Amino acid sequence: MANMVTITINGRQITVPAGTLVIEAAKQAGIDIPAFCYYEGFSVQAACRMCLVEVEKMPKLQPSCALPAAEGMVIHTESPKVVEARKSMLEFLLTNHPLDCPVCDKGGECELQDMTFRYGLGESRFLEIKHHADEKQWSPLVFYDPARCILCYRCIRVCDEGLGVGALGLSYRGVSAEIIPNRGDHLECDECGWCIDVCPVGALTSGTYRYRSRPWEMNYVPAVCTHCSNGCKTTLSVRNGEIIRANNRDRSGINGEFLCVKGRFAFDFVHSGERLQTPLIRKDGRLEPASWSEALKAAAARVRASIERNGKAAVIGSTRTTNEENYYLQKFARQVLRTNNIDHHRSGDVITLLQALGGREGALATVQDLYTCDAALVVGADLSQQHPLLAVQLRANWRHHQSPVFVISAGPVREDQYAARSIRAEAGTEADRLEELRADLQARRNLVILYGPSMKGEAVRRLVAFGDSLGIPVKYVCLVDYANSRGALDMGLLPHLAPGYRPVEIPGMTLDAMLEAPDLDLVWVVGANPLEGGRRFVSRDAFMIVNELFLTETAQQADIVFPAMSLYEKNGTVTNVCGEVQRTKAGPKVMGTKSDLEILGLIAAQLGFDLGVPLPDRVFEEIRREVPGYNVPLALIATGGAAPTKPPAVPAEVDAQPELVRSSGDTLFTSGTLGKYSKKLGEVIEAPGRLYQVLVP
Amino acid sequence: MTFSPELEAKFAKMIGNYPPGRQKGALIPMLLYAQDEVGAVTEEVIEEVAKRLKLSRVEVEEVLGYYTMLTREPRGRYHIQICTNISCMLTGGEELFEHACRRLGIGNKGKTPDGQFSLEEVECLGACSWAPAMQVNYEFHYQMTPEKFDRLIESLRKLQ
Ligand code: SF4
Ligand code: SF4
Ligand code: SF4
Ligand code: FES
Repeated sequence: MANMVTITINGRQITVPAGTLVIEAAKQAGIDIPAFCYYEGFSVQAACRMCLVEVEKMPKLQPSCALPAAEGMVIHTESPKVVEARKSMLEFLLTNHPLDCPVCDKGGECELQDMTFRYGLGESRFLEIKHHADEKQWSPLVFYDPARCILCYRCIRVCDEGLGVGALGLSYRGVSAEIIPNRGDHLECDECGWCIDVCPVGALTSGTYRYRSRPWEMNYVPAVCTHCSNGCKTTLSVRNGEIIRANNRDRSGINGEFLCVKGRFAFDFVHSGERLQTPLIRKDGRLEPASWSEALKAAAARVRASIERNGKAAVIGSTRTTNEENYYLQKFARQVLRTNNIDHHRSGDVITLLQALGGREGALATVQDLYTCDAALVVGADLSQQHPLLAVQLRANWRHHQSPVFVISAGPVREDQYAARSIRAEAGTEADRLEELRADLQARRNLVILYGPSMKGEAVRRLVAFGDSLGIPVKYVCLVDYANSRGALDMGLLPHLAPGYRPVEIPGMTLDAMLEAPDLDLVWVVGANPLEGGRRFVSRDAFMIVNELFLTETAQQADIVFPAMSLYEKNGTVTNVCGEVQRTKAGPKVMGTKSDLEILGLIAAQLGFDLGVPLPDRVFEEIRREVPGYNVPLALIATGGAAPTKPPAVPAEVDAQPELVRSSGDTLFTSGTLGKYSKKLGEVIEAPGRLYQVLVP
Repeated sequence: MTFSPELEAKFAKMIGNYPPGRQKGALIPMLLYAQDEVGAVTEEVIEEVAKRLKLSRVEVEEVLGYYTMLTREPRGRYHIQICTNISCMLTGGEELFEHACRRLGIGNKGKTPDGQFSLEEVECLGACSWAPAMQVNYEFHYQMTPEKFDRLIESLRKLQ
């Protein structure tokens, strides 16, 4: 146990490990010390002097955020001297502050406002003209108003320490001091907006939210990000059915306050003018708007005809619909269409991993494990560009616990900045280099191995064999692309595996086989774009039904198009890259759309099939009962927690079909179909982005 | 970019003076010497110094903006700095500065159109005993008066 010391704060004795900062010790004792620059998890700056406390036998007031507790310290946080000092600090901070609270974005949730309200003097002795500097736009997403800035360095630290981007600095001095961006007059960075989020005042504002709403006019909806597979919780600020902002200020969820550019800003596709808001039916060769009842009736009739004549049907599912919808979809395919011809775009070889693990419990790492593990090995992946949250977690683990990261990748990655070792190996040959790390890895207490799409089949088996041979506990993450890529696999959107990876009797066609099949009668595509880039089904005459948000290349070829809801508009659960299940709630509304669950439910009902009540909670109940690994605690899910699923055992004789694993190679600034319809994502100079490059200074 | 052989030698020696991993300590003198040779801390200088000290551009700019002796804009051939801090102020520093403005036809941080002179009002030059003081490039001039100032300007003009 660490050396303990006993200190007295406001007459209360508390015992804390030596070295604990007084501000933290006070917090543990339930005593709140106001602070601006102090920010948990980041280096101590001691720049704002808001946290001054009186320490007996010390001549001057001390910044409690930079003062380690020492045996016998007697501290006062509310003495007249401290109260006076706080008033003065606030008076000082406000000398040049514009006090434009009535129009400031931060009004109502501003730490300077709150602090002034609580501790301030109420009036100022300064009559001089305020120093002013004009507001600057640094990127389509980040604006900076130096007049409002209180120079707390929070933005600089999250960008530098949290992300390893280091795009911000502080220059000039005295009243002229201000934050500067890394490219002279603009930013070239991850555009994540973390700096905006942590800014205690309205100095940094967001291109999507600025001057659009007051915080109290919005409803706050807990959702899960619909872009990459990391599964960040994002709180949608919704006003009149419209998303105005996305952030996670309350730090609930696996990502704390972190969101990347997609989670924080790329929600605008939801309200894109190109959203489909009415069903379309092909008439005389053209897609014409139709009513829901007409389209549902036409689809049901066509499905019935196909069933009756025993036509060959194929179903392509989605990587961004909910588990409930995926489960229901495979049920629809297998029970209504009586086919195992169901597949989806696979982006990581999860099946081989599960096979190799043989149902071993606790062998899948959670997002939290990445922060607590003793070491991590990243194989064939560019985390900072493709799995931003995972990259941030590993970095925080290194910052806070000095846990080393080892990398084997084809090109440079941001993790090289601090990696204990970085090995360059051509994609597909990474497994050949594992032995070089053996000694280093064996010296650790435990390990998490993350691998990307270049590792599949045999390479994954070798990787697991290597992990097993280290003699330390090892957990794995198979990196996949999209918000519910993992859930699509788990829910059995696979031709040869039913939910929970249980082999079916007669395997159906894979996605590739469907595209090549000459004799399809009916194709149903839900939230996917297999015809991207002008591809066509060889069965040109097959009747195609598409559920989609936009008129994608695939939807353009359809005979019936149902306007579907995005993940943000519906309730349900999704499973992230680590196999953790989270609940997402409906926030905005887009007129004319329905959830895929509802669409399938309505068709099934018209055809007289009972697939169970198409309500998310009811379907999830069934998933918990029926799908191995998914019997997760409801209370955890219901309260916004992430519930890890158990890795189901996949029989060794199952073909993992690694040749179907093809990552779409999205970057930080692309996100498949959704990314194409996010204006904000396309506007930044970094778009469309690329894999990590070492920036010239 | 490369600097003159003399300056390159100076930089090499300077960087070696700092313990390993602390090379960024050489940032301020490097910027100052580079400015003396190039005339200003140009974009090229920023990038070069950043590269040599393994700093990001923004780290260089933080320092560059903080120190008023460093400048991005080329100054006049003769950069005149007049102190108006307390000792100089009491002995006519402010009048001297106002006179200089009139005489040169420029204001604080201005530059004459011919590029010969630039002017700056500065804080203490450390020459309080001989106030009012001013500095032309690296040369000090003490107990200045408007007349002495005019004579100085004339003689500098003749030097061209
Ligand atoms: S948006 Fe993100 S990457 Fe860009 S400056 Fe802010 S914190 Fe740094
Ligand atoms: S911009 Fe905001 S976060 Fe950054 S230093 Fe200023 S007040 Fe602090
Ligand atoms: S890291 Fe992934 S899940 Fe998190 S905000 Fe970004 S795109 Fe969304
Ligand atoms: S919080 Fe301690 S000095 Fe800012």
